[in-house]
Amino acid sequence: MGNAYTLRGRIGEEEVKRLKVGDAVFITGELFTMRDQAHLRALEILRGGGALPFDLHGGVIYHCGPLVKGGKVVSAGPTTSMRMEKSEAEIIARTGVRCIIGKGGMGASTLSALSRHCAFYAEYPGGAGALAAKSVVGIRGTYWLDLGDPEAVWELEVENFGPCFVTMDSQGMTLRESLRKGKI
Amino acid sequence: MAFYNLSAYEIFDVQMRAEDIVEALRIMETDLPPDVEAALARCRDEEEGISREVLGTILENVRVARELGVPICQDTGSLVFFVEAKGSWSAICRAIREGVAVATESVPLRANIVNPFSRRNTGNNLGRGNPMIHIEACTDPEMERVGILAKGAGSENVSAATMLDPDQSVAGIKEFVVEAVRKAGAKPCPPIIVGVGVGGSLDEAALLSKRALMRRLDEPPEDPFAGALEAALLKEINSLGIGPMGFGGRNTALGVRLETADCHTASLPVAVSIQCWALRRIFLEAEGGMVKIAR
Repeated sequence: MGNAYTLRGRIGEEEVKRLKVGDAVFITGELFTMRDQAHLRALEILRGGGALPFDLHGGVIYHCGPLVKGGKVVSAGPTTSMRMEKSEAEIIARTGVRCIIGKGGMGASTLSALSRHCAFYAEYPGGAGALAAKSVVGIRGTYWLDLGDPEAVWELEVENFGPCFVTMDSQGMTLRESLRKGKI
Repeated sequence: MAFYNLSAYEIFDVQMRAEDIVEALRIMETDLPPDVEAALARCRDEEEGISREVLGTILENVRVARELGVPICQDTGSLVFFVEAKGSWSAICRAIREGVAVATESVPLRANIVNPFSRRNTGNNLGRGNPMIHIEACTDPEMERVGILAKGAGSENVSAATMLDPDQSVAGIKEFVVEAVRKAGAKPCPPIIVGVGVGGSLDEAALLSKRALMRRLDEPPEDPFAGALEAALLKEINSLGIGPMGFGGRNTALGVRLETADCHTASLPVAVSIQCWALRRIFLEAEGGMVKIAR
C-alpha cells in the first residue's frame, strides 16, 4: 500500500508528480461532476473555440451523476470511467485539469494524456454513494441542467473526500498492471 | 414539493396501495439484503491490501446508508418488477407506476430514464416501457408476490447474451459466462453477482438471467444440476483474480444464480445479467389478507 495525501484547492504539477499508483488521496476543495453528455458538450464548445462556463484548470473532474434532492447531495459515488475514454485525453489537453476521479480504470489514450499533461486518475470505491455524499459540504454551482440531473455538471465543495486510490499516475504507471506484475 | 393522490388498488386478494410500492422501494434502495451484506463481510475477511480496504469502505457505506436512510448508491437503477399474481394486472401496473413516481421524490431516487435517441430525461423514472414490469400468471393465492430489482447501469452495460449451437453444451455455456465476466473486468463494481439464463429464446434467456438475481445467495435452485453448474461457474469466475473493484483478489463474484427453461431442439440460448455488489432486491408478498415486505 502507498502513502496517503490530502490535496487542497487547485492542484499544482509538483503535487501530481509525487503521487504514485497505490497512493490514497483525500480531496478538500471542489469537484466538477462530468459524465457522458457533459464530456461531449464540453468538447463541442472547446473545439468551436468557445470557453466553458466553469474553470477546470488545476481542478478535479469527478465521473459521477449525483442524486440531489432539495439542493442537498444525497448519494454521490463514481460511475464507470471507461465510457468517457473516447473524450478524456482531449478534455485533459484542452482544459488543464489535473485529476480525474471515477471507477473501473481507464485506457491507453487517457494514460498517455495524463503523462503528457501532468495529471492523474484515481478511483473512489464504486457504489459507496451514501458515504461519498457525507464529504460533500455544499453545491457551489450547477451547469447544463438541461442535460438532466445525472448528466449535468455539479460543482461540489468537498471536505476530505476519499480514499481515492491513484490507479493511473503521471509517470505512465497503472495500478492494475503493477499488481499483476507483483510490483506492489 | 410535489403532491400525489395515493390510491389503493386491488392486487392479489388484498388491497395493495401505491404506498406499499413506495415503502418497498425506500427499503430496497437504502438497506442491502442481509444475505448480500453477509457475503460482502466474508469477502472482506478473505482479502488483503487495497481490495480489503475497498470492501471495508463499501461495508461502511452500507451502514451509513441504512443509518441515514439514504440510497446506498447514487445510481438507484432501472426498476424491474416481477409480478406473480392471479389478475388485476392493469391495477398492479398503475400502482407500480404511481409508486415509482412518488418514490422518485420521496426516497429520493435519481431520475435515470431518458429517451434513447434524444437522451432527454423524463424526470420521474417513468417512460415508455419504464419501469419494466414482467407479469406471470399465478394460480396459488399463497404464492402471489411482487419482486423488485434496482438495476444499475454500470453492471447492466457489461451484460451479454448469445445463441450457442446445441453441441456446445455445458462447456460452451461456461466459456461464454466466464468470458463475459473476464471482459467486464472492474467496470461492474465487483464483487458481482452473476445471473445466468439458459434456454427458452433470446428474450426468455435474458429475462431468466434477471429473474435469477432475485434468488437469495443462500438458497439453492430447484434443479440440482443447475446448482452444480452455479458452483462450478463461481469457482472459475473467482479464479480470474479480478477481485473487489478490480484490485485483485479471490472474490470476483459473491455468487452465481442460474435459471433455466426448455428450448427449441436446434437452439441453446444463454444470457448473463451482471449485477454489482449492491444487489438491491425486495419482495411484496400477500399474507393473511395483508401485504408484507420480504427480503
